[in-house]
Amino acid sequence: MGSLTRRHVLPGFKLSLGFTWAYVGLLVLIPLSSLFLKTFSLTWLQFWETVTAPRALAAYRLSFGASLSAALANVVFGLLVAWVLVRYRFPGRSLVESLVDLPFALPTAVAGLTLTTLFSAKGWYGQYLEAWGFKVAYTSVGVAVALTFIGLPFVVRTVQPVLEDIDVDVEEAAATLGATPWQTFARVLFPAIFPALLSGFTLAFARALGEYGSVVFISGNMPLRTEIVPLLIVTKLEQYDYAGATAIAVVMLMASFLLLLVVNVLQRWSHRRLEARAGA
Amino acid sequence: MFAPTIHLPRRKTRTLEGSPWVRWTLITVALGFLAVFLVVPLVAVFTFAFQKGWEAYLAAITEPEARSAIVLTLTAAAIAVPLNLVFGLAAAWLLARFRFRGRALLLTLIDLPFSVSPVIAGLIFVLLFGRQGWLGPFLSEHDLHVIFAVPGIVLATVFITLPFVVREVLPVMQTQGSDEEEAALTLGASGWRTFLRVTLPKVKWGVLYGVILCNARAMGEFGAVSVVSGHVRGVTTTLPLHAEILYNEYDFAGAFAVASLLTLLALVTLVLKKYVEWRSEAS
Repeated sequence: MGSLTRRHVLPGFKLSLGFTWAYVGLLVLIPLSSLFLKTFSLTWLQFWETVTAPRALAAYRLSFGASLSAALANVVFGLLVAWVLVRYRFPGRSLVESLVDLPFALPTAVAGLTLTTLFSAKGWYGQYLEAWGFKVAYTSVGVAVALTFIGLPFVVRTVQPVLEDIDVDVEEAAATLGATPWQTFARVLFPAIFPALLSGFTLAFARALGEYGSVVFISGNMPLRTEIVPLLIVTKLEQYDYAGATAIAVVMLMASFLLLLVVNVLQRWSHRRLEARAGA
Repeated sequence: MFAPTIHLPRRKTRTLEGSPWVRWTLITVALGFLAVFLVVPLVAVFTFAFQKGWEAYLAAITEPEARSAIVLTLTAAAIAVPLNLVFGLAAAWLLARFRFRGRALLLTLIDLPFSVSPVIAGLIFVLLFGRQGWLGPFLSEHDLHVIFAVPGIVLATVFITLPFVVREVLPVMQTQGSDEEEAALTLGASGWRTFLRVTLPKVKWGVLYGVILCNARAMGEFGAVSVVSGHVRGVTTTLPLHAEILYNEYDFAGAFAVASLLTLLALVTLVLKKYVEWRSEAS
């Protein structure tokens, strides 16, 4: 079954090729290349000074740190939720199963407004947390909370299918051979779900880096303290500093490209591992 | 299909499912986490929206600015979803059925709107069509407005939602193969007829799934639209932007009334999504 014979049989190759490339070219390729062209309007020195200004460095640190902590929180709770959904039966399970996707379906601005109101000093959560001395709204913790909400479904949805495919017999065999539950988890279960966990983590992390809508409300947007990278871009745009905004955007784009590359490599790797397992 | 399934009694303590005590602790922690992060915020949206009563709620979502925000949100989705539906079908057909040079590059470009920050999505259109942009002088000469106007909002929405339909339809088309299409063509059906009568019915649930997700994102997008909108009240504000404006003016009940409409959209999306999953598994 060569692809060559198919090309002759099935129609629409030229039409779909032309249309797809034209659409992607007009909507993605040309607009994105304008980003790189704009950076050339800066000299190297100007570019470097813009992207390493103290305010920019503080924004990278916050975006990176909050996204990392949110993605790690998602790994822990995502794995727990996936495990509970796959292995246990309890009342309301199918409702929970559907609800997990809420952060994908809910507009980010709504998430931002609601979380900010809940965690503010007089909010449903905030009043108790502040009594204990925790400030969440308008701090970097608040940024991480919003990003945890946004990234919640990624780990659950990547780990869940892998957990479903794992044969319970393997765990029983391990137990029969004298393994403790902890050994069975660490040596049998964890290696099998690790690739999925890692790609869920990367997806949540990448999404968190670029997230804007849910964070602008809860962060308070103080320069050097609670200003994330996307917000810094918006601020520069509002001051008509197009070249500055573009320079920061290019740095961010490079970071997302790198992450996308990591995701692709990880997915290929875990795919190969699964195939090797199936073949064995 | 009719193979009997035999349920053997499982020795549960041997597996990692653990004792009832472990089990119920894990379930409680997981559900507690989901309650704090998902259920309470959902309840909160509607509680805050109705805190001033029904009449204030109705007034907040029917005043002229809210109405124009609803119209603009629906307009942007009504343009973006059909465009990306047609594109999604063409691109999925191309990528599933043919091998050609540049295929991997095309796939990467199609995925880009997912991996780029919404703010950057807005920025690229400002750089193209803004006053200082590449096409800025041409546009202002002809008195055309893209940025801080409706066309910019539509463009940003189309960009952000571009991958949804392709990404859902492509795997379905790939697993189904093209034997039926080849049969139809051999029997003398035209290419279009084959596509409409054979291919489309086979992938309909994937298409519907993609359209539902695409529509939810189109109506709820905030970052990209915020950058190109300019926040001209009653003219270039979509529903999420209108909620933001009310919130920043300390009209919390009004902001949450608008937010509750978007939350309803999200809930309807989840229900439809579940329905499509159920139907496509059944068929």
